[in-house]
Amino acid sequence: MDFKRKDVEALGSRELAVSFINGAIRTEEQEEMVKLLREKSSLVVAFGSCAHLGGIPGLGNFWTRETIFRRVYAEVPTVENPKGTRPQQKTVVDSDEVITLPEFYDTVKTLDQTISVDYYLPGCPPPPDLIAKALDAILKGELPEKGAVLAPDKALCDTCPRNETKPDKLWIKEIKRPYEVKLDPEKCFLTQGVICLGPATRSGCGERCIKANLPCRGCMGPIKGVVDQGAKALAMVASILGVEEEAKLTEKDVQKLIDGVVDPGGTFYRFSLPASLLGRRRMK
Amino acid sequence: MRRITIDPITRLEGHGKIEIFLNDGGEVDRTYLQIPELRGFEKFCEGRPAEEMPRITERICGVCPTAHHTASTKALDDLFKVDPPEAAKKIRELMYCAFQAEDHIFHFFFLGGPDLVVGPSAPPGERNILGVISKVGMEAGGKVIEARKKLREVISIIGGKPVHPTCGLPGGVSKSLNEEERKKIIEAAEYSVDFSKFALELFNNVVLKNKEYVDLISGDIYKHETYYMGLVDKANKLNFYDGELRVVDPSGKEYAKFKGQDYLKHIKEHVEPWTYVRFSYLKNVGWKGFVDGEKSGVFRVAPLARLNAADGMATPLAQEAYNKMYEVLGGKPVHNTLAFHWARLIETLYASERMLELAHDPELTSPDVMNIPTKTPSEGIGAIEAPRGTLIHHYKTDKKGIIEKANLIVATQNNAASMCMSIEKAAKSLIKKGDVPPGILNMIEMAFRAYDPCMACATHFLPGRMPLEVNVYGSRGNLVKQLQR
Repeated sequence: MDFKRKDVEALGSRELAVSFINGAIRTEEQEEMVKLLREKSSLVVAFGSCAHLGGIPGLGNFWTRETIFRRVYAEVPTVENPKGTRPQQKTVVDSDEVITLPEFYDTVKTLDQTISVDYYLPGCPPPPDLIAKALDAILKGELPEKGAVLAPDKALCDTCPRNETKPDKLWIKEIKRPYEVKLDPEKCFLTQGVICLGPATRSGCGERCIKANLPCRGCMGPIKGVVDQGAKALAMVASILGVEEEAKLTEKDVQKLIDGVVDPGGTFYRFSLPASLLGRRRMK
Repeated sequence: MRRITIDPITRLEGHGKIEIFLNDGGEVDRTYLQIPELRGFEKFCEGRPAEEMPRITERICGVCPTAHHTASTKALDDLFKVDPPEAAKKIRELMYCAFQAEDHIFHFFFLGGPDLVVGPSAPPGERNILGVISKVGMEAGGKVIEARKKLREVISIIGGKPVHPTCGLPGGVSKSLNEEERKKIIEAAEYSVDFSKFALELFNNVVLKNKEYVDLISGDIYKHETYYMGLVDKANKLNFYDGELRVVDPSGKEYAKFKGQDYLKHIKEHVEPWTYVRFSYLKNVGWKGFVDGEKSGVFRVAPLARLNAADGMATPLAQEAYNKMYEVLGGKPVHNTLAFHWARLIETLYASERMLELAHDPELTSPDVMNIPTKTPSEGIGAIEAPRGTLIHHYKTDKKGIIEKANLIVATQNNAASMCMSIEKAAKSLIKKGDVPPGILNMIEMAFRAYDPCMACATHFLPGRMPLEVNVYGSRGNLVKQLQR
């Protein structure tokens, strides 16, 4: 765990029993390090939403390196940068010495888009009990098939304490943003009109956000067999939005309902854009 | 020309790298602290609904998510022009104080403190939490763990989980507290007050009674005369959650006092090509490079800076501790970087006392915790004190509250310039005539560890033992000497 690069390089192939790797891959250095760790490790576990799905920093895939650099080093109102200085991979200092920075890639990748991954510990952050179970399984050698997500294969709704308040045939009249209503601490968020990613998200988190009275944002990723969590979530919302009144709705009404989802990309793909079928936004 | 590289790589995402250049006489010419990582939150928050920002921006860091969550929530109040009910403000501040105390305890006992408690010259293998425990005793070690556990439980009660909690909304919080929860919070706060007193006592016995340590804390290697910034309440007492930002000059005189909303009139940032981090400075003094003094806009933030910028502490025991520190170190302001550790413990006591006050507040369990925003959003700014210093979130939105522009002034950016300077000064003091003694590793490390830098999450990974490597290169890039531990 607490290694520096040379220590890791000195190890034999697969000498490390297991590496838990967190973080998505955004820089050259991160890529080099995880490739090195892969070579030296018998098992690699993607630890947390970023390694698993790309995570919040994966929202960077809505933009490019250039647009990010321009914002961060030129546009923000505090920056005073008349010469237009940008971080460089190589800078000459003291006349002839070069100091380096790792390349910042255009696109954020998940861990398994960079190296082969044996298991996934999902969540932001991964729940302590799942970590303990994973360690236990590794120590006892009782691991599931390669590629498994080390969390229950159930939708969050199935274990949610508010599940009882969710009607069999759920539908919502319009979408409410979490600050627009007094959130009922016991009722299913979807029945309150508030988008909750519970139906499209894997259980195992202990419903920690829901216990704090805020809806799920999907950090545990999808259940087994779902390739694209965002598409699943989108389909879920589409299937309940206005359906009981569908016959009466004009095209304008439908548009208004859809407009209630103010940020579809950032809502449905909050933690999973790099892992999704979209991967990133195509920039013109 | 010789070159020394200190590459404290510990974990895979983010760490600092130090480059030291020696001149022909073997003296330190220049040092560089490089941050080789960037995420780009300022860009990808664009297009997101403002109310989601507390849950998005807290993912900037796994170490101080509560700080980003809280700064963001305050920016939302400002954005939607809504004043939360008193109970909501108290709940937020209470969670925030629990977080501050927990984070400070972690830093002191696991990361920075081992240098002081176990000793800077102790073998590296002992400079960690286990070394601390063997020095202070098993029982004390148990208290450290218990205090953190209880404080994390308080954060969980309010925000669902200790890391990346969630409760903040524009106009309030998502959930009220009940009497049963209050009881647990009171118990945790009481424990934390006792623990903070114990920690200061420990500091007194182990550090202050040892001349070697006192010399180090008050000595010149780790000293910089800079401006200091921190949030203060109406009586100019230190506050973490609310108030105005106050800046004092290197002589301790008030230089400026302003609302977070006016930060653009006072703070600017400088860009260098060799690092991904931006360097904050005082706009009206100006960027004069990596130098200290009254003419340089470099300012410092975080515990010592807050104590320097305030006139005192708002709780009685913390005030006593504050008085003592300035008495021992010769009055205000204190410029010695290692005093950040002491200030951190004083703040822990304040955070605990404040938590206890809030926990006993009759209003805390009021069900009225949310004022639903009714005004059209446009622009909002939230400023708080993160454990590592002043933190500002600034959003501009369209009429629907969708983020159009975001700017984040993160604590460690504010200390970034002074951290570079502290490393350079330590290197200059310790490397003479090309001689690079092995002890330099930890001594240079101590210069930036005192700031508890967040960008080098490396320092937050494992107990105080950060593997360091110094490579000394000859003028043709050939490795002539390698030191490591």
